This record gives sequence, C-alpha cells and structure tokens, in this order.
Amino acid sequence: MEPVLKIENLQVSYYTDAGRARALDGASLALNAGEKLGLVGESGSGKSTMALAMMRMIKPPGRIEGGRVIVGDTDLTTLTEDEMLKTRLEKITYIPQGAMNSLNPVMRIGAQMVDAIKAHDKSLSKAEMSEMSMDSLESVDLDRSVFKMYAHELSGGMKQRVCIAIGILLKPQVIIADEPTSALDVVTQRQVMETIDRVQETLGAAIILIGHDMGLMAQFVDKVAVLYTGRLMEVCTVREMFTNPQHPYAQALIRSLPSFDNKGVFHGIPGLAPALLRLPSGCTFHPRCQHATEICTTTLPRLEQMENGRLVACHLYSEQV
Amino acid sequence: MSIRKIIERLLFLVVVIWTASTITFFIPRISSRNPIRERFGQLARTGGFSPDDLEIIIESYNQKFGLDKPLWEQYADYIGSIARLDLGVSLYQYPKTVSELIQEAIPWTLGLLVVTTILSFIIGNVLGAVAAWPRAPRWLRSIATPFILFMGVPPVLLAVFLLFFVAFRLKALPLGGAYSIGVVPNQSLKFYLDVLRHQLLPALALIFGTVGGWVLSMRGMGVTIQGEDYVLFAEHKGLSGFTIFRDYYLRNALLPQVTGFALALGNMVTSGIVIEQLFGLPGIGTVLYNAIKANDYLVIYGVVLFITIAIATLMVLVELLYPLIDPRIRE
Repeated sequence: MEPVLKIENLQVSYYTDAGRARALDGASLALNAGEKLGLVGESGSGKSTMALAMMRMIKPPGRIEGGRVIVGDTDLTTLTEDEMLKTRLEKITYIPQGAMNSLNPVMRIGAQMVDAIKAHDKSLSKAEMSEMSMDSLESVDLDRSVFKMYAHELSGGMKQRVCIAIGILLKPQVIIADEPTSALDVVTQRQVMETIDRVQETLGAAIILIGHDMGLMAQFVDKVAVLYTGRLMEVCTVREMFTNPQHPYAQALIRSLPSFDNKGVFHGIPGLAPALLRLPSGCTFHPRCQHATEICTTTLPRLEQMENGRLVACHLYSEQV
Repeated sequence: MSIRKIIERLLFLVVVIWTASTITFFIPRISSRNPIRERFGQLARTGGFSPDDLEIIIESYNQKFGLDKPLWEQYADYIGSIARLDLGVSLYQYPKTVSELIQEAIPWTLGLLVVTTILSFIIGNVLGAVAAWPRAPRWLRSIATPFILFMGVPPVLLAVFLLFFVAFRLKALPLGGAYSIGVVPNQSLKFYLDVLRHQLLPALALIFGTVGGWVLSMRGMGVTIQGEDYVLFAEHKGLSGFTIFRDYYLRNALLPQVTGFALALGNMVTSGIVIEQLFGLPGIGTVLYNAIKANDYLVIYGVVLFITIAIATLMVLVELLYPLIDPRIRE
C-alpha cells in the first residue's frame, strides 16, 4: 500500500542572535491511511516544530531548509503559497494544542466553520455550507445547535470537539493533533480521544498524535516515533516500544514510566537535554547514554531499518548491519 | 442585553445628569457673588440712577430670576426647568435663551468634532492594526510612524502651524470663519462646499493631533491579539490573510478601542473649544468662550451641563452597543 503521508529528510532551523538552532534534523516518516502515529519527546524536542513544518506554518526566524512532505501524491514543499492555503484543512489538518483559546470569541462557531469551507470551495451555497458544518459537529458528538453558539458558551471538552469538527470539515487525509487533550480532565480526555479515534476511522485518515503522555499513547496509537533534540531516535509499533525499546533513549524513557512491578522506584534519565544551539558532537544523546562508545562522540547515527523492520538511530545497532 | 439592563443604564444616566446639574447649581451659590448686583453695579458706576433706585432694581430682578426665594425652592425650580430643557436666558444676548444659543451652535460642533473623532478613530485604528500585522508590506506598516510623532503636539499648536503655512503663507485655504464673508447660509451645494473648505484646516489639526494615540494603543493590542491561538488556528484553516486580518485580528483588537472612543469624544470637546475659537467657528466652544468673557453665567452653566449630558449619553450609548460587538458581554 502506498503511504498517504511521507516525510523525507525534513530540516527546520531557527535563526537566533546566538546562532542557528537546528530544531528538526532529517526527520523521515511514512504513514499509511488509517494508521495512528504517536510523536513523543520531551519539551523542546521538536514535536510542534515538526507539526508546523508539515503544515508549512514555520514562521521567521524559523525556516524549512530541506526535505519533503508528501500527502497523497502532492509534495507540499513545492506548492505555491496560495496552493498551500487550499491544502491546509483539505488534505492535511491541524487540531490545535490550546483549544481553550483556539476559537474566535466574537464569532459564532458556525461562522468560523463556514469561513473555512468558503476559503476552499466558493461554489457551495450558504445552506450547503451550514449543513456540512452541522454534520461535522454531529460527527464529534456535539448538538447541531452549537452552530449558533459562541465559544464562551461551551465547556473545555466541547471547545476541543469543535476544533476537531473544524479540522475534519473537508475530510482531510492526514490529521495532526497537537496534544489535543492536555487541557482537559482525564474523563473528558478519554471521551475526546474516542471521538478522534472514531472520526479517523470514518475518514480513513492517517493521524499523528503529538504528546508526552505515554499512557495515552499506549491506549491510542499504533506506532510511536521518539524525538530527541529534533532528531528521530526510534520509530516502531507501540507494542515494541513498551515491551522492547531499542534505542537507549527510548529505553530510558520507558524505564522512567511508573509501573506496578517496581512501585516506589523512580528511574529518571540522568542529565539534561542539551540546548539546540550547543548540541554535542556525534549522537546528541551520547553524554547521557550508558552505552556510548568512541564512535558515538564523533559520528551522528542515521535512522536505519533493522532486520525486524524497526527504525533506530543508534550505533549499537548500525554496527551489526 | 436584557430590558432590565437597559433600564438600569438609563436610570444611571438620569442620576449622572441630576448630579451634574446639582453641582452646576450649587457651585455659583457657594460664592458670595451676585451676578445681578455685579451687572447693575457696573451700570450704576456709569451713572444714571441713585443707590436707592439700584436696590429697588436689584430687588425686582432678584424676584424675576427667583433669587429671593429660599435655596431649596430655587433648587426645585432649577431642576424643574432642566427637566423641561429650559436652561434660562442669556444675560448678555437677552432675550435669547440658552437653548437657542446651543441649538444654533450644535451643528457646527457636531460637524467638526464628531466627524473628526470618527475619522481619527478609523484612520488610527486601521494604521495601528496594520503596523502590528507582520504580513503587511513594510511601507504600509511604516505609514503609522509619523502620526505617532504628531501625537506629542497638541492639536492647537498644529492648528497654528497649519494656519500659518497653509492659510497665511500659501493662501490655499481660508484663515477662519465658518463660511466666506458675505455669504448667506443656504442649502445650495456651493454653500456646503464653501463650509467644507473652511472646516478643512481645523479638522486636519484635530485629526493629526489625535490619530497617533489610536495608532499606539491599537498597535499594542494588535501585538497581543496576533499571538492568540485563534489567529494561529485561523491560519491552519487555510483562510486568506485578509479574512484573518479582518475577522480574527482586527475585530478582537478593536474591542477595547470602542470604549476609548467614547472617552475620546469627551477629550475632543476640550481641544475643540480652543480650535473653534482659533478658527472663528460659531460652535459650542465659541459660545462657551464668549459667555465666560462676558460673565454670562446662565450660558456657561447651560453649556457645561449640555456637554456633560452629551458625553454621559454617549457613554451609555457605547455601553449599550458594546454587547453587539462582544458577545461575551451579553447575558
């Protein structure tokens, strides 16, 4: 099956007074329709940068410096600005992190849905656009009457649902959800995640879920990609990630999760993530890595496929290949 | 907004007007000056009647104006006459009533102050919003800068400069007056154009002097709003830059500015009085200025009260209209 989303060697840098920060370095991914990928990593590891780069929404002083993002058969990096406007929401959609403030307080929900449709398809009548919007609201378990309401009349969970409803208005092939539940309580979190799950199944879209809640990931996604200092460290199925992580960083990450087996024992990851402006040479994880060898300090390992199909960027394994 | 709320606001307006008129009533009574005695004292000094006659005249005038009655009765009469919109007569231009004077002056003041305040509001806010909008072209964003510089100059000083260079040196526009000398006001287009030519300089002075304030406050609001999540999400929706600018950015940044608009109208009255005087326009400001010069106290109180009521009414109006632009205020 041809993947619906292909990211090839994506590079993003931010140019600051102190120098160039390579926020994303050579990220590559492929995702099939209907697949769910969790993008995890600590704060500042480049998760949101990657999402914004896929939407081509990186703003100065940031720049996409290379690589390709292919949705279906369109290479987003070659589109003009106007074509990209049409592509957002139509092919690739972004469900925002701060759903609490993601809706315009002075416009009715309906107006904020209709203007989105209008921006992509001017041929539809007003009634058709309203109908589409209300159907979309219904598909995320909201009442049709929400169409006529304002953001301040909705609860947090409802606002997040509205954002999802807006995101799927034009039935995109790829959905990026940037920590869609971070501001919600656990009960609402679950409901919203179930909604996303169901909506995705109906659309058959690929979904990228960004977050650092490993518990949520375990329940929800099929594949996990681990980001560290803007580099993909490991990409594998969620089962493999939790039972048998390969990359030392992924191993440390999984070990740091509380579990019933080692109650009361807390395994942190020693050291701190390096600043993007002063990255260590070679593998960026080597100062914190227990298995680091000579080569790790000099050469950056590439993300390579292991025999079992998993992608890992670590010299421990590339030597075996 | 509920009917209850509207009634509440209107009642509040009545209280404001009542307070203002009470203060206007008592302040002259606190001083020991008697305008009638003063006026006739002046007349007496020029000769003509004996001190005894003077007392009789003053007595009869006191009676005529009700100044011999006890204070509370005077107060009741005063409030009663205000309720009937009767602000008394001008001592200087007797028997013209204060209401008549205000009525004659009001079109000039409304025409100049209200129009310039609105124009200044629109120009300043659009320029300020554009100045803070990162996607606007650089030249467009920099238009706002000179206006910020002008902000430090009082409109009156600008008016003097304009008068000197444009009217006196270049003779491009008339030096003053509401219309050309010798013209009888009529309804013709020619007359209106003549009036417009005379209003141009004072209007420019007022606009240039006030646009900067709007630019600054709007630019500050704009910087905050453009970082809001809903503006970013609007971009993710693939909306065009103009739609985001108008519906998501400008509309939200404008909210606090609308409150400022009502306040600006009040401030405009202050600058307007001097500007009208400077250009010899027969507006409210000139009426007030002449009344102060002639110690025509009933006119002074009438005009001050009128301005108070006008501004208070505008404030209530803005407050009542506010829910229309911000749904969060509605209940």
